[in-house]
Amino acid sequence: MEMAPQFFRHGPSLLARLVFFVLLSLALMAADARLKFLFEVRQAFAVVIYPLQRLASVPTAIYDTINEFFVSQHLTDENMHLQQQRLIDRGQLQQLGALQAENAHLRKLLETAQRLESKAIMAEILHVPRDPFNRKVILDKGSQSGIQPGQIVVDDVGVVGQITRNYPWLSEVTLITDKDHSVPVQVIRNGLRSVVSGTGKDGMLELRYLAVNTDIQEGDTLVTSGIDGVYPPGLPVAVVSKIERNPSYVFAHVTCTPAAAVGHHRQLLILSLLTPVTENPVEAIETKPERKKREKVGIR
Amino acid sequence: MAFANYPKQEILRPVKGSLIVLSLGLALLLNLLPLKGVVLTLWPDFIALMILYWCINQPQRVGMTTAFVMGLLMDIGDASTFGQHALAYSIMAFVALVFHRRLRVFGVLKQAPQAGLILLVGQSILLLTGLLDGSQFPGWDFFLASATGTFLWPLLSSLVRIPRSPKSDSDVL
Repeated sequence: MEMAPQFFRHGPSLLARLVFFVLLSLALMAADARLKFLFEVRQAFAVVIYPLQRLASVPTAIYDTINEFFVSQHLTDENMHLQQQRLIDRGQLQQLGALQAENAHLRKLLETAQRLESKAIMAEILHVPRDPFNRKVILDKGSQSGIQPGQIVVDDVGVVGQITRNYPWLSEVTLITDKDHSVPVQVIRNGLRSVVSGTGKDGMLELRYLAVNTDIQEGDTLVTSGIDGVYPPGLPVAVVSKIERNPSYVFAHVTCTPAAAVGHHRQLLILSLLTPVTENPVEAIETKPERKKREKVGIR
Repeated sequence: MAFANYPKQEILRPVKGSLIVLSLGLALLLNLLPLKGVVLTLWPDFIALMILYWCINQPQRVGMTTAFVMGLLMDIGDASTFGQHALAYSIMAFVALVFHRRLRVFGVLKQAPQAGLILLVGQSILLLTGLLDGSQFPGWDFFLASATGTFLWPLLSSLVRIPRSPKSDSDVL
């Protein structure tokens, strides 16, 4: 044994240490959730944990490549056949034709999607945190690849979320289903604008503060409206799945299902920012009362 | 009666610091595995298990400081509020340290439900802090991770015991 046994241990008592650590963690939580000044500390811890995160994703990566190998061996013919079938079906679909207004909308959508794909960075989901309280995923590209907080993340069907934190080689995506996340949207059918918010549950979004008599139907598709200047317009976000119109309440209870399927893909696209990120609006609001105080002092 | 039930205790070799670091590192790795669905719900918190094990068996080496630092690392890995896991882990470590003498008297199997209770305390603290932060209740299946952790306890503690078991039979002189 290298160390001499300690018979009389000095130092603070267990309870004192508990109180210290509880207070410290409460202070950290308050600092992180409300004041947001722990950026550097988080970065330092993130660098420590990064190799482990990378290592942890190795087994699934191996599993994926093996799986892909076997699937590609067996299904190449079928895949080609299906692809041909898809082309034929597509042609028929086009011939059938939809309503002209809808068509125009869709074409517009396609245009925007194509334009954006050229400016996108492909990233892979490194892992999904086990924390049930917030809906986030970790991507394998970070500030070294030019990822900034505020960038939009999409998959092949629709909006997945937004980058909220970046580390040197990783970034955190807050999914649109997170309780603190909202996306400005527009109903394709009639152009109604609203804001869709996450509920904290998988596969569930809600439209809050829509009057009971609002013209909205089940099956309506919601796309980003683009009025915020952050989300590019025309990206599919969700489909209205359930509407409860109770006359005794002022607002209708509208539930939506996200268009993007986060759990089904490993690859996501990070879109580049349309406009530079604005200053944190919370800080702007918080500085206002100070000015008022100064004004008051000035009056006296 | 008390003597009859008393588990056979063998004198274990001293724990190397590298074993503690390695086990905590492996636990962190297991916690960070990219899982989803049912497996993720059932996946126990390996760091909590390892901290409990070391707090019970090596209370003079692993304590609340280790638990706190591991909690901070887990907060980064989980993208949760900084300090949430740190709070839960340090309180779990405290409970384990208070009861470590009593817990060591029991065999591995009898320890499991008691370790499970401490795991439950830790998860309740996580839940409480999450709810205070404005999250919705994630559903009762959130606590299933503690149940699987309880079932894994005997296996894990005997696994960690392997490197510490005496090399030769101590009865042979």
